[in-house]
Amino acid sequence: MDALKKLLKHDIRFRWAFGIFSVIALMVLLSFFSPYGAREWNVVPATQPPSLQHPFGTNSMGQDIFWKLTFAVRNSMILAVIAASVSRVIAIIVGLVAGYLGGIPDRILMTVNDSFIIIPILPILILLSTILSGIPFYYLGCIIALFGWSQDARLIRSLTLSLRERTFTHTAYYSGMGMMKIVLREHLPYMVPILMATIMSNMLWAIGMEITLAVIGLAKVETPTLGVIMYWASEYNSMLTGTWWWLFFPISLSVLIFIGLYMFSTSLNRFLDPRTRLMMISERKSE
Amino acid sequence: MKQFLLIYLAPRLVQYVVVIFIGVTVAFFAPRFSPVDPVESMMAKVEGLGMTMDPESVARMKESLKDLYGLGGSLPEQYLAFWKRAVTLDFGPSLTSFPTPVSALVKRSLPWTLGLLATALGISWLLGSFLGGVAGYFESRKWSKFLEAGAMMMYPIPYFISAIAMQILLAYVFPIFPVGGAYPFGTLPEFSLGFVLSILQHAILPGLSLVLIGMGWWFLSMKAMISRVVAEDYVTFAQAGGVSSRKILFSYAMRNAILPQVTSLFMAIGSVFSGAIITEVVFNYPGLGLLLRKAIATGDYSVIMGVIVMSIVAIASAVLILDLIYPLIDPRIRRK
Repeated sequence: MDALKKLLKHDIRFRWAFGIFSVIALMVLLSFFSPYGAREWNVVPATQPPSLQHPFGTNSMGQDIFWKLTFAVRNSMILAVIAASVSRVIAIIVGLVAGYLGGIPDRILMTVNDSFIIIPILPILILLSTILSGIPFYYLGCIIALFGWSQDARLIRSLTLSLRERTFTHTAYYSGMGMMKIVLREHLPYMVPILMATIMSNMLWAIGMEITLAVIGLAKVETPTLGVIMYWASEYNSMLTGTWWWLFFPISLSVLIFIGLYMFSTSLNRFLDPRTRLMMISERKSE
Repeated sequence: MKQFLLIYLAPRLVQYVVVIFIGVTVAFFAPRFSPVDPVESMMAKVEGLGMTMDPESVARMKESLKDLYGLGGSLPEQYLAFWKRAVTLDFGPSLTSFPTPVSALVKRSLPWTLGLLATALGISWLLGSFLGGVAGYFESRKWSKFLEAGAMMMYPIPYFISAIAMQILLAYVFPIFPVGGAYPFGTLPEFSLGFVLSILQHAILPGLSLVLIGMGWWFLSMKAMISRVVAEDYVTFAQAGGVSSRKILFSYAMRNAILPQVTSLFMAIGSVFSGAIITEVVFNYPGLGLLLRKAIATGDYSVIMGVIVMSIVAIASAVLILDLIYPLIDPRIRRK
């Protein structure tokens, strides 16, 4: 709580991110009170521009875009959380093991790891989602996660490499602690804050991936996510027919989410930087 | 020299082989774990056209489809056969544009993708690094902060969103650029000034949407690096010695900060390739992305596999080539 207060006070980026996330959280909450079901259609007059009654307008399928978006934001956020947590588990295991063991295991793991960085992921994800066409969004999240761990595994490895040389690691080792225990009990807690920052940027990546796959028509097109709404908008040629609000609102909302997540992640990173801490302390003294 | 080969070259070659191995293996096993049988789904499509066939020709057709897809024999046999296809880059004929071989289709599309990818990556890297360097050196100026805010807004946006936003803004709302395609619809490719100009005109929007997003990252990482380099003793010393800031920035600070930028350029090729693919889909640009999109829509399994394997090979080779020229710009590696 104290950290939150400090962040709010010191970092304008964090204030922005906090504001954006309050809006997102509100939308997720609102989705539970939606007057229309997530999959219902022809419930409101079709193709109405934004008005007081339908703030974001209605689409050609007779759905209210605002309420549809509340479901979409909820599902996209769930997908992002799933993708980020699953890929974190893989990244932590690979990074910790490679960093702690070093030597040949490290080389093997890092060669595999770098291959996952180099391989163009989108074509493979396209292949997988074509084959499993129309899988629910939470499975899609897991599949996205299988390809989203390599950058952060490298980061965790480099952190472990430096932690391994600290005195407390030697102390623990000579007191007879096993590798698992040292790595999980002694090293992992040091990484929690940095992991938080990578979770944010990974969520951002996962939402973008979902949008990309959904727009090509590879998601389950009945369940609203941010990508699925854009898919239907382009299926109905919303730009040619002049129903701009059908694309404008989902796109602006996703851009808002991306910027919010990114600001969260950078302000956390900045907060963790010891130089920033020193600055804050000196500021407090001068007050 | 021998040592250089061993220390520098050998790991790169191993990496190259591993990348291709993992890519091809994933591409091989993914369809085999799926509940959908490509042969059955093709048969369903044929029957959906209203064709009636006697059981014998159904069986024969299934047999030849299995052969085409490389699904005959046991799993290890199929795996070996798949490798043979991958190494010879021969994925058989495409089913929707029969009998054109997949490799011919890929060969037709690859130059468009590579052209778009290479120019966009090159421009965004150069421009982003340059601006990031200058902004990092003059960190306290207002324009520097303004540029950083802009880069921070652009960087997290996925390629698809930027492509579609560009298309709406500069092709529909303000129709300055063509909506899509690589050259005017209905014209035949020819070698003339007018045609080249129209190719450029069509490439600007897809290129711009890739550049804008890519630049954000190069800008941010270069700026962070320069502001660290500027705090180093040798820069302070040069400043005290009266060396002009332009010389410090370009010959001292940037020269040192550019090396990590080059390394991350190699790593970024794969993800920018993914970006190029999706940008092509948005702009109907006749590269690998559009080929893949059409193959998915028509269920053309051999084309999908061909595009994926060949793009992995192409990207891995590009990274290897760049890795091999890297010692030319980093003298430390040559001396080791």
